[in-house]
Amino acid sequence: MSTVLALTAPKDLLLVALALVCSGLTVALVRRRRAPGISPRRILFPFAGEGLSEPVLSAALRLARAEHATLVPAFLVRVPMAMPLTAPIPRQCGEALPLLEAVEQRAARAGIPVDTRIERGRTYRHALRELLEHERYDRLIVPAEDFGGADVAWLLEHAGGEVVVLRPARIPSVA
Amino acid sequence: MSHTVFLGMAAGVGKTYRMLQEGRAERLGGCDVVIGYLEPHDRPETAAQAEGLEVVPRRTVDHRGVRLEELDVEAVIARAPQLVLIDELAHTNAPGLAHAKRHEDVDDVLAAGIDVFSTVNVQHLESLNDMVADLTGVRVRETLPDAVLGRADEVVLVDLTPEALLDRLRAGKIYAAERVPAALNGFFKTEQLAALRELALRQVAEEVEAKRLVRAEELLRPRQDRLVATVAPQAVGERLLALVTPRPSSQRIVRRAWRSAQRLGAELDLLWVAPPGAEPPAELDALRRLASALGAHLLVEYGDRVADVVRRVAEERGSTYVLLGRPQHRRGLGRLREPLLLELLDALPGVDVRVIADRSHRSP
Repeated sequence: MSTVLALTAPKDLLLVALALVCSGLTVALVRRRRAPGISPRRILFPFAGEGLSEPVLSAALRLARAEHATLVPAFLVRVPMAMPLTAPIPRQCGEALPLLEAVEQRAARAGIPVDTRIERGRTYRHALRELLEHERYDRLIVPAEDFGGADVAWLLEHAGGEVVVLRPARIPSVA
Repeated sequence: MSHTVFLGMAAGVGKTYRMLQEGRAERLGGCDVVIGYLEPHDRPETAAQAEGLEVVPRRTVDHRGVRLEELDVEAVIARAPQLVLIDELAHTNAPGLAHAKRHEDVDDVLAAGIDVFSTVNVQHLESLNDMVADLTGVRVRETLPDAVLGRADEVVLVDLTPEALLDRLRAGKIYAAERVPAALNGFFKTEQLAALRELALRQVAEEVEAKRLVRAEELLRPRQDRLVATVAPQAVGERLLALVTPRPSSQRIVRRAWRSAQRLGAELDLLWVAPPGAEPPAELDALRRLASALGAHLLVEYGDRVADVVRRVAEERGSTYVLLGRPQHRRGLGRLREPLLLELLDALPGVDVRVIADRSHRSP
């Protein structure tokens, strides 16, 4: 009885209300902190050419999901020697953007954060080198069909993170 | 007061010479003309044109032990002529002066009611900087905001064929003999000069067309709608301004904005409005590289109120479209403020505002 009387006192009611507000704020802040965002772990996924094979993309997405990582698909572009390396490349961008958008949509449906890139170089390996210099990554997934044996050997020697070389079967491409 | 700019494709086409000629003609007509700043480049023909014209003494500035000479704005304003001739509009002033750039000095002179004749080369225009670097392999450091040319009352193109300019160079009329071989092997190549000439011709044609359109719009539009039309005279065609942040989600906005720009045959500017004092994050570099590959212009402006900054940039760049991602819900006291989208619609009359949807959340 005395407890009930004590709680009904205006001062105590105020304290209870304050406690409820504080707990609500704490829950909101925790939820906000846990909101899905960009994962600090990054999987670099460079590719070249006109299409991207479905099994390679699926494998890259599976790995990204399993590791709660951000997938960084990077379209590599060769810039002819006649052009400055930093010159705009609208034609190649016209090919790259729909492909990157397709990857982004697939990744979004799977709940995987994506951070796309276009990287230029005189050769694909040069573009790859530029990409590795500019980007932070924990793992590198390389489609074997886009890179030759020498490129893969170079990667194994120079890439800072883990390297996964994927060789898919002959299956129709994504785009 | 009025501002006339003599625009050329490269050094040596005769901008300064023509400016002096026009200045002399004005003086013969009874106008009080002085030279505010002249860069004769040791060219006797140019120096001869300057003879007889009063020269306002330059201001000297000591910078790290080097004595530099600059336009003395106060002296020009105190002299109060009717017309002042000021060379090299894109020039960067020595540190310690009131303004960082000479075109800002020119604004002061114009504000004092004095007419100005000035000169600039087309490669100094900010919007053409990347294109000129691609064409010539030379990155021009001293740039001039396009709006300065847009605000000029008259732009006079000083034209010369590339062959005639090369003849002048070989004859030693532009540089001293020892500098000619280097110039011929570097900047002064027929193909490069032809491309720069085309740029200069197009620039002046667009300025003329823009002014004609603005005048037409001024006659047609009610007064309240005039804001963007009068301050964005370079908007001959379409120009897109996409609002971005250095986050992965902005890549989608950039892609969609670029495709729209391609369809419209328009230039694309990307704008990040950063909080005052914010350090550029590492992610900005990725955005910068994407912009470079696409041929877009990445602008970073600092400000508290996004709509105000967007409005200013849209005016300066002559934007006809503004594109943005879906604005995030405001939290806390921010909810009391007007949503960004409505702020933009109010701030940018006459400009299309487009919200880019996230298609990844669309049903397959």
